[in-house]
Amino acid sequence: MLNYQSTYSPVLTKDFDTRPVTININGKPTTLQLMPWVSLLDALREYADLTGTKKGCDHGQCGACTVICDGDRILSCLTLAVMKEGSEITTIEGVAENGQLHPLQKAFIEYDAFQCGYCTPGQICSAIGMLKEGKAKTRADVKELMSGNLCRCGANTNIIDAIMEVKNQDSHE
Amino acid sequence: MNNFSYIKANDLPTAFGHVRLGDAAKYIAGGTNLIDLMKYNLTKASSLVDINHLVGNHDIEELPDGGLRLGAFVRNAATAYHPLVEERYPLLSRAILAGASAQIRNMATNGGNLLQRTRCYYFYDANTPCNKREPGSGCSAILGYNRIMAILGTSESCIAVFPSDMCVALAALDAVVNISGEDGERSLAFADFHRLPGDTPELDNNLKPGEIITSIDIPQKGFARNYSYLKLRDRNSYAFALVSVATGLELENGLIKDARIALGGVAHKPWRVKEAEDFLKEKEPSAENFAQAAEIILFGAKVFEYNSFKVELAKRAIVRNCMMALNPESQLPGAQPSA
Repeated sequence: MLNYQSTYSPVLTKDFDTRPVTININGKPTTLQLMPWVSLLDALREYADLTGTKKGCDHGQCGACTVICDGDRILSCLTLAVMKEGSEITTIEGVAENGQLHPLQKAFIEYDAFQCGYCTPGQICSAIGMLKEGKAKTRADVKELMSGNLCRCGANTNIIDAIMEVKNQDSHE
Repeated sequence: MNNFSYIKANDLPTAFGHVRLGDAAKYIAGGTNLIDLMKYNLTKASSLVDINHLVGNHDIEELPDGGLRLGAFVRNAATAYHPLVEERYPLLSRAILAGASAQIRNMATNGGNLLQRTRCYYFYDANTPCNKREPGSGCSAILGYNRIMAILGTSESCIAVFPSDMCVALAALDAVVNISGEDGERSLAFADFHRLPGDTPELDNNLKPGEIITSIDIPQKGFARNYSYLKLRDRNSYAFALVSVATGLELENGLIKDARIALGGVAHKPWRVKEAEDFLKEKEPSAENFAQAAEIILFGAKVFEYNSFKVELAKRAIVRNCMMALNPESQLPGAQPSA
């Protein structure tokens, strides 16, 4: 018998037990007691109380839930948390170092790269992943490789400006 | 999404055993399509068997005959950016990078790319009849809003298109799909892997229940000098193709020695027409000849109320892409048309 329930239903069924899942989140090994169908996004927000990562569409279309998993940017909404046992996850809460904003966080402020701010954590995590991938050479490349992150306020031009600023800083180092 | 149990399989026999035991058990690899479908309750599973940790098939390796073996569990991005793929099969690299978004390409596996379901709106809308989702219920697209639907190889029960970009290039490159099942291993030519809808549109491909794709082989000939992938869509990036074209040309003394042209976005599988490719052999690589090949490829196209534009779009895309293949430097990020 299948039970059809919403993603994080509080009702537990006898057939489907929770299990401890240990994920290294922002440098801290974190053990969460999860049902198998909890997405990584819901695990972060509802179980680890890290609400910086945003739920936009919950279907892999908007990029608001982007986090960095073992160095790669991924969509936390299309990932089951149980599949990420033992992984290193970095969310927007973990990108600053030693109390200093990440260069992309600073650039987003400087270039006015957001209005409502809802897509911003995903944009920044995605941009960190993109710069690490090192495949973007031109502004056109950056636009193409950031197309998985939508901004409904229309701050895209400033978002690309902010990323280009950090990309150019990196290449001068 | 329904409740399910989760099992991690470390070897093939374990994986086969779990999927055999439960009729409604499913394999999960990248999960980028499956989890989405499960969230919409379009796909249900009693248990998910995680095959990401199976031993083997996590690498790209050279084959003794000069080809390349793409492990089924290698991610799409790792495949597109692999030095051997970029050097020898840039057509495949470009097609992969034209699909989805960077995040999804980091998650999705090569095997899973072949198994993604259609993006037909009616397939996704559980309130409407759909023979692919619910066999025998009818097709809402044939008399509905069918702008994105197929123009080739359709049937009276389904006019959905297969959405992959990667597979259009794999079709053009004559790839071979390697499969493991409880009865052993087998291989299918790429053209035989996906199927036309006929009167069983619920079947997207010829994989048998319980079988797993382990790798994809691509033969030596990669068309690395003259190739192009062109993808036409409603926005410039992160959208499925209305029409896409993969072209590989081999030129000798100014004439076409070998040609491959595969279309995406027009049928239930990547579309190739051998007669058109044969027609181009020993001919000059000119727009006129490519236009004649396009007429052969689109011969027999059947249009519906809102998608008749696809015939002309496909013909022009074929000519444009074949001309771009003569000068691969002219290609832009995201497989957009060159300026």
